[in-house]
Amino acid sequence: MARYRSLRDLDWTLLIIALIICSLGVLQIYSATHDTKWRNAWWKQIVWILIGLGIMWVATSIDYHTLLSQVPVLYAISIVALIATFAVGDVVFHSRRWITIFGFTFQTSEFEKIVIILMLARYLSELKREELGIRDLLKLGGLVGIPTALVMYQPDLGTGLTYLPILAAGVLMAGLRWRYLAAVAIACALILPVGWHFLKDYQRARLITFLDPSRDPRGAGYQVIQSKIAVGSGGMWGRGVTHGTQTQLRFLPVPHTDFIMSAFAEEHGFVGVVVVLGLYFLLLMQVVQNAQTASDRAGMYICMGVATLLLFHLLVNVGMAVGMMPVTGIPLPLMSSGGSSTFSVFMMLGLVNNVRLRRFGS
Amino acid sequence: MQADRERVNLPDSSTQLFHDDTKFALDRIAVFQYLSVGIFLFLICGFWVLQVRDHAANSEMAERNRIKTVPLLAPRGKILDRDGRVIVDNHSAYTVMLTRENLKSEHVQSIADGLNLDPDDLRIRLRRYESRPKYIPVMIKQELSPGELAFVESHRDPETFPEMELIQNQRRLYPHGGLAAHVIGYVGEISEQELNLPEFAKYSQGDVIGKFGLERQYNDTLIGIDGQRRVVVDSMGREREVLESKEATPGHNLQLTLDLDLQAVAELSMENRRGAVVALDPRSGEVLAMVSRPAFDPNAFAIRIRAQDWKELTSNPYNPLMNRAIQAQFAPGSTFKPIVALAGLESGSIDDHFSVHCGGGATFYGRYFKCWIKGAHGAVELHRGIVQSCDVYFYNVGNKTGIDSIAEYAQMAGLGKKTGVDFDLPGEAEGLVPSPKWKLRTQREKWCAGETISVAIGHGAVTVTPIQLASAIGGVASGGVWYRPHLVKGAAVPEPRRGNLHADNIAKVISGMYGVVNEGGTGASAAIPGLQLCGKTGSAQRASNALVKSGRVGREMKDNAWFVGFAPRENPEIVVAVLFENGEHGNLAAPIARDVIKAYFDKKTRLARPSQPQLALFQRPQVPN
Repeated sequence: MARYRSLRDLDWTLLIIALIICSLGVLQIYSATHDTKWRNAWWKQIVWILIGLGIMWVATSIDYHTLLSQVPVLYAISIVALIATFAVGDVVFHSRRWITIFGFTFQTSEFEKIVIILMLARYLSELKREELGIRDLLKLGGLVGIPTALVMYQPDLGTGLTYLPILAAGVLMAGLRWRYLAAVAIACALILPVGWHFLKDYQRARLITFLDPSRDPRGAGYQVIQSKIAVGSGGMWGRGVTHGTQTQLRFLPVPHTDFIMSAFAEEHGFVGVVVVLGLYFLLLMQVVQNAQTASDRAGMYICMGVATLLLFHLLVNVGMAVGMMPVTGIPLPLMSSGGSSTFSVFMMLGLVNNVRLRRFGS
Repeated sequence: MQADRERVNLPDSSTQLFHDDTKFALDRIAVFQYLSVGIFLFLICGFWVLQVRDHAANSEMAERNRIKTVPLLAPRGKILDRDGRVIVDNHSAYTVMLTRENLKSEHVQSIADGLNLDPDDLRIRLRRYESRPKYIPVMIKQELSPGELAFVESHRDPETFPEMELIQNQRRLYPHGGLAAHVIGYVGEISEQELNLPEFAKYSQGDVIGKFGLERQYNDTLIGIDGQRRVVVDSMGREREVLESKEATPGHNLQLTLDLDLQAVAELSMENRRGAVVALDPRSGEVLAMVSRPAFDPNAFAIRIRAQDWKELTSNPYNPLMNRAIQAQFAPGSTFKPIVALAGLESGSIDDHFSVHCGGGATFYGRYFKCWIKGAHGAVELHRGIVQSCDVYFYNVGNKTGIDSIAEYAQMAGLGKKTGVDFDLPGEAEGLVPSPKWKLRTQREKWCAGETISVAIGHGAVTVTPIQLASAIGGVASGGVWYRPHLVKGAAVPEPRRGNLHADNIAKVISGMYGVVNEGGTGASAAIPGLQLCGKTGSAQRASNALVKSGRVGREMKDNAWFVGFAPRENPEIVVAVLFENGEHGNLAAPIARDVIKAYFDKKTRLARPSQPQLALFQRPQVPN
């Protein structure tokens, strides 16, 4: 532990890709908000990113084994924070998600992700067997289920749902007759979209409205329709920064947060989308590579937890922009405007670096 | 990769609590990588479909989202009187429209409630627009009341009813009390049936057009050309940028020959009476006043008349929508006698010394015809015959002259056919001048000589309209020159008809008509001191004498009162015909004509007075000599 580790050892590829994505996000936030009441959002985002880099450094510096040893404490604190949010949180869009501490508002559910990743890494790495037993499953289900239920009850269905893939990925990595489970997962993955297509339009609309009615005040499907029009009108090359009419004239809802990908697609076109998705893919693979090179299982589980979470966010948020996923209101990592989300992503990248720095053992 | 794996397998120096080898997970990580590739391809496919394959359709939808067409309604031209005074004006009003792109069917009920509309009507209205492009808004209510305006203002925010849109436009303001209502007519929203007519091909749903009277006949002059603005709007409906703005072109003003002063006097004198007044300038055919009562309020028609108001108007037994001045056809009674006298003189069957004895009646062709007087007129020649309106005298004149000559001169005067005022006001009635030919043609019967006797006093089959009577007598008084009556000032009017009449014969008839008013005749109540007003009364039966005697005749069957008068005696400037339905005797119609004629000459005298220019705040209207 005392061994000196230089900045050179950081995962610079990961960091540079992340910062490029962040700057595209800042540019898009500026374009979407430059003549609205959120016109300060772009430089606020820069501040969040800078603070995020600081948080990342902290998350890198403390040995992840130390963090893992404190998991019971972290978990207890996080549950208390979620309950406190529910009790004294600020109501925005009919939902209590934020808690104000020292004048800053935090979305406690964002930080819960980190706790769940660490908790799973600790539990799974302490397993003495190559396969999970039914008791392990029940325990893990309970441990993840409590915060999930609390967050869904805020209500914030989208964020609550993001905890489950971490659990699923962790369990699959640990090996729970995983061949069978993979078969089940593939079957589910196939059935869900197919089933979605067999639903009638109004049933889909109802389903979306049922899943999250507070996000849809102007009628079921309005946001999705506007988002698809925004994406489609971008065409191959896009309409140019600050020239997307869907974004600039506010037909597109929340173009600097949840629908930032639609705004980006309108103004930068298919080419821009391929570039930014390519960057995300490289980022993801970089995280996965750190999982592969981790010195122990705990590090591997941490990196895979982060990778899974990022992949799920991308799938749901970007899929929502093109109408392939229901509107659930989860942010696009690194691009969407917002402090809590940015902090939690940088914290996760910090954990990945943490694992990387200690890949030769400590 | 190879190097990394080797590193992973390096021996571990740290304290290891558990079996720690990540190698077992490498293939599971590979599965994750494949899954990632799949998800990214799936997402890129989604973008490809929207951005490359469906780009055109989405671009169009984006355009339609942001570009809105707002019509700028053109004000109709004003309608002015002969002096340029405004009769029909416009006033600004707010109109509420529904944009159909973001219309929610569940909002219709609440919007209808807020605007005091029938929700079913509104739904039908919206359905009618279904075949038209979505970006065309539906006009749902014009001239909002302050309360309705407040409703729209407070509910058209994006959270409530963003589909409501408010536009300001000009609305028609008609004189109250139905002044000249039948002449001016009214405007209304184009109907379904009208839209299918070629005449209205250039109009579309929601347009406001003239429906009746001059508003209809001169719609093309009065109607303006609507402009439009194409604006960029944001999702809140706020305008961000004007792409194109085509200003509305207001319609042309229409100046009438009507004189508001005379019209007002005529309207007032007909108040609470049924009938019509027509005042013409016989020197030009200009209509100076035209009144038909009962009238309607054109303002009630506004844009769309309420069903209840429409029902009231159409079910009214006195038919307020009928323009009696040009459409009421009644027997002229004694007002026909000057024509009969003229026919007698011109055909040579009588001269002014021709005299008969009135004993209260006479027998022709085996039937006894009564004079209107209870006693007897005694010896009557032409002048006294007209002054006293002696029926027996005219029975004899008619009998001597014959139906053919009477019909010839009646037709020469313009009776029995349209005067041509229908160039301005459609629907003019023709009246009827009977003749043996007419009877053979229509009833396949021979003319009975006895019918001539009835026609000679303006009964029988002969009918006239008020405007025909005014035009006919006015033309005779002007020496046999008949101008086409018209209502639009400065309109090109065809050359007048000229009758081949002898001036001395005309003078003899006019002398009689002068006596009617000024020598204690039947129209003495029309006399105006200092003015050579000539006229003729008439009362025409609406029911047979037998029926009247039976006492079963209600007010509706009482005689119509007529009066036709002109002034001055030489070169008359104004001729007025009055029909007072169920007025019983022409003596009661005469004061109405007197009032109008007096108003005309009073105004003329007033304007002829030397004025003090420095005190004149307003330009004196120019009145033709």
